[in-house]
Amino acid sequence: MNAVGFERVTLAYGERTIWSDLTLQIAPGSFVAILGPNGSGKTSLLRAILGLVAPAAGRIEVQGHAPHRGDPGIGYIPQHSSFDPDLPFRGRDLVRLGIDGHRWGMGLPDAKVTERVARALGSVEAAAYADAPIGRLSGGEQQRLRVAQALVGEPKLLLCDEPLANLDLRYQQTITGLIAAWRERSGGTVLFVTHDVNPVLSLVDQVLFVVNGRWAAGTPDEVLSSERMSELYRSHVDVVRVHGRVLVVGETTETGFNLDEPHHVPVAVEHRPEG
Amino acid sequence: MDQVIQLLGYDFVQNAIAAGIVIAIVSGVVSRFVVARNMSFAVHALSELGFTGAAGFILLRLSPVLGLLAGTTITAVFIGALGVRERGRDVVIGVVMAFGLGLGVLFITLYKGYANQAFAILFGTITGVSREDVLLLVGIGAVTLAALALVYRPLTFATVDPEVAAARGVPVGALAVVFLLIMAAAVAEAIQVVGVLLILTLLITPGAAAERLTPRPGAATAWSVGIALFCVLGGIFFALLTNHPVSVFVTSLSFACYLLARFVVGPRRRDARAAQRTVSVAPTLVERPASSITEKTRL
Repeated sequence: MNAVGFERVTLAYGERTIWSDLTLQIAPGSFVAILGPNGSGKTSLLRAILGLVAPAAGRIEVQGHAPHRGDPGIGYIPQHSSFDPDLPFRGRDLVRLGIDGHRWGMGLPDAKVTERVARALGSVEAAAYADAPIGRLSGGEQQRLRVAQALVGEPKLLLCDEPLANLDLRYQQTITGLIAAWRERSGGTVLFVTHDVNPVLSLVDQVLFVVNGRWAAGTPDEVLSSERMSELYRSHVDVVRVHGRVLVVGETTETGFNLDEPHHVPVAVEHRPEG
Repeated sequence: MDQVIQLLGYDFVQNAIAAGIVIAIVSGVVSRFVVARNMSFAVHALSELGFTGAAGFILLRLSPVLGLLAGTTITAVFIGALGVRERGRDVVIGVVMAFGLGLGVLFITLYKGYANQAFAILFGTITGVSREDVLLLVGIGAVTLAALALVYRPLTFATVDPEVAAARGVPVGALAVVFLLIMAAAVAEAIQVVGVLLILTLLITPGAAAERLTPRPGAATAWSVGIALFCVLGGIFFALLTNHPVSVFVTSLSFACYLLARFVVGPRRRDARAAQRTVSVAPTLVERPASSITEKTRL
């Protein structure tokens, strides 16, 4: 049984097709990087797996069943976003939401739940600041807590939506390390949306690259090549490997680079004449 | 003082206290979410259109309490239907509020000899509520509290962490509408004490003061309820003692609570916690270098 399977899936918002005809099987225990420019539908792909949007066509299967809202087998780590510094809410409370935050009722104190939260905090080494107001913690500390929150429910599948964005290099490594350690420990599957593949390159088994409704999937070596990328972008793109890093670089045109962020993620310039 | 004790024997005072307790508990809990969700403008709009509802019901010779509830509920439904997302929400509220207040003006001009009741709704009437009104207010309060108890946890999730809440299957959009309806009931209740114009003193200030006193969400809600109770009951007490309107004292007490929480009690408690944390963190700090070395060698 695949962790996630896409069969000729098309995703659309109203009239606008995000991407179409995606067929992809993701084996349990694999680490998949989902790459592509902003607005290419990476987050929508995660939302489809979470059962928050239904595909316009095709079939998605998540651990043997159709996607459904509130799937307890899925953990989710969002992009770092700041909390109000005066919000009376602690890291401990954030992690607890990962256990029973979705349930109706008050959520009164419960020794078993408290114990699970404490263990999750320990596993990401966040116990020292778990009682401080969450809005006063650094971005990296908050993301550690996010990892604990996503893993405390013991998911089989972890969806990460740009979890490294706005973090400095040291914290990028810490967060990546925590996710890698979880995968090792539990045999779980990771889908990792990112605009820069480099921080996770050594972990990635499979890459899914989405551009302007088209996609390419395969191992990093297969997908991150000048031929495949040029084909995907329908323009001349060079993939360069320097010091174990992958750089995707577009050619210059009258309107600037034909890729928006040459060292990160490429975005095709829309005004370029066809040809 | 003797005079107050004597007054406690009167029906109208007992009515006021019974209604005041329920209203304070509802306000205390709701104000926590109003503050965290940044919805003070919505509270204001619900309140002013509660006035329109009450004016309309008085014109039709119906219960002004039910009129308040009708006004706030219809407004909540409108805001909910037109847009509950944070972006553009205030615009929708402004549009609905302007129209609704226009209706309120119309109702006032249509009704003759109206001034007294209008004044009561604008500035609070708690010592004037009848037995039936008390039962009605307790009933509305009980239903509101039951609804809050039911949605408390997912509403907290949706408020603090909407993106992950949605991913975990929490119906974030539906809860926003449910909370608007809860706010509608809370506003209709709180207007009884402080009136339309001073509504924020019960639906913002207790929650805002509580935020300064503790980082624990449950404790903050308890503080907020406690502050609201103190303000309402204190307000009734001083009103009986002096014969001035209740709302004058409620607003003064709640403002004093906020200032104390923000500038005196809050900072002191924060310092105490910081001191405690450095003590408890010290042993782990000693262990830390070892673990960071292993981390480095692994990388």
